Amino acid sequence: MSSNNDSISKTLIVVISLCLVCAVIVSTAAVQLRPQQTANKLLDSQKNVLAVTGLLSGSDIAALYSKHIEERFVDLDSGELVDKPKDYDYRKAMKDPATSERLSGDEDIASIKTRANVAPVYFAYENGVESGELSAIVLPIHGYGLWSTMHAFLALGPDGTTIQGLNYYEQGETAGLGGEVQNPKWSAQFVGKKLLDQSGQPAIKVVKPGNASADSAFEVDGLSGATLTSNGVQHTFDFWAGAKGFAPFLAKVRDGALNNG
Amino acid sequence: MANAKEIKTVLFGPVFANNPIALQVLGICSALAVTTKMDKALVMCIALTLVTAFSNFFISLIRNHIPSSVRIIVQMTIIASLVIVVDQLLKAFAYDVAKELSVFVGLIITNCIVMGRAEAYAMKSAPGISFLDGIGNGLGYSVVLMTVAFIRELGGSGTVFGVEILPLVKDGGWYQPMGLLLMPPSAFIIIACFIWILRTFRTEQVEKA
Repeated sequence: MSSNNDSISKTLIVVISLCLVCAVIVSTAAVQLRPQQTANKLLDSQKNVLAVTGLLSGSDIAALYSKHIEERFVDLDSGELVDKPKDYDYRKAMKDPATSERLSGDEDIASIKTRANVAPVYFAYENGVESGELSAIVLPIHGYGLWSTMHAFLALGPDGTTIQGLNYYEQGETAGLGGEVQNPKWSAQFVGKKLLDQSGQPAIKVVKPGNASADSAFEVDGLSGATLTSNGVQHTFDFWAGAKGFAPFLAKVRDGALNNG
Repeated sequence: MANAKEIKTVLFGPVFANNPIALQVLGICSALAVTTKMDKALVMCIALTLVTAFSNFFISLIRNHIPSSVRIIVQMTIIASLVIVVDQLLKAFAYDVAKELSVFVGLIITNCIVMGRAEAYAMKSAPGISFLDGIGNGLGYSVVLMTVAFIRELGGSGTVFGVEILPLVKDGGWYQPMGLLLMPPSAFIIIACFIWILRTFRTEQVEKA
């Protein structure tokens, strides 16, 4: 039937038309499903914020989120709360030269290269947003581990330093070793520790597994078999609790800036 | 179209008689990676079955026009497009599972079962029966995957589809989970046992020494 199947013209026709058909199918699927996927991503991020504050109870995430969480934006350099920038996407903002700052070698403790000028923070209200009783402040933090950038939410008490929860929700570390950074049992030991010391300096110390003293307000056990991931966690905390991170904002929180707003 | 008996052979043959994993030893890479939880494994099975079936169908549809010099690339293009569509669908409708499966959905492209069936069966057969062949091989893959996932999840975490069956020691129960079952090598051991048992009953599958 197809003696001329291998002629150059036939080959080209088949290959080109196949590529066209496949390209159309793939791009249609991608474009058609994008709104649904974006909604899923948003829902997932809301779920992670709720989870770190311990307010995740039940399955209607969107309703819980709007009841308990208020999303605000912080200018990281000044620490002031600002209005939501137009078309804001944190992940894009941290890469875009117009909305981010390139970190110099000394500043870039967490190996993230650039840092957005404005970052989202989430205020959690246990009794509902309208009650006005702030129960936690959730900060998005990220830093490089061994293989990947690890993204987490860190929940602080209204005092701006006591850790209420830590939730690593995105990472690509070695499964079973560094990947345990995602294990709630591991992150549970952060609860009750202090992010900053008396003078407002980053104070969390990730120490060798098993060496963290229970009395210490700052020490947590690293992950066994994952020294470099543990170092990455240490660096992430050092950076985001430091001057280039949320320190200016947290200083204002401690001075009671949130009580007026 | 083929008769009922042939359909039956094509559809159910790959489950035990000609299982793609146990006899042909194809596609075991993903069998190691996604079998720690049964729900993950189930989604992977459905995704792979659909991709194999539809790639067989489309490749068979145009089999008389595929130039033999570029046939592998043509097959890959079709398979890759289908996998991307499946991946997009999962991200839209089963986001949590899609996140856990992450790269393994994409790796269906390189799963030897899909490619193997396209080259070995769909290139020579009619679209309808090729489609069934894809479903059949998907089923064969699924049987092995689900068996492995069942053993690994029950033994490793004491649950089946996330429902607690054996209460774990750490939650106040009595069952000390077997950590090895959560590690990839355990899948090798279980698949090997599966092949061993299968070949004990179906001696014709035993390879000559």
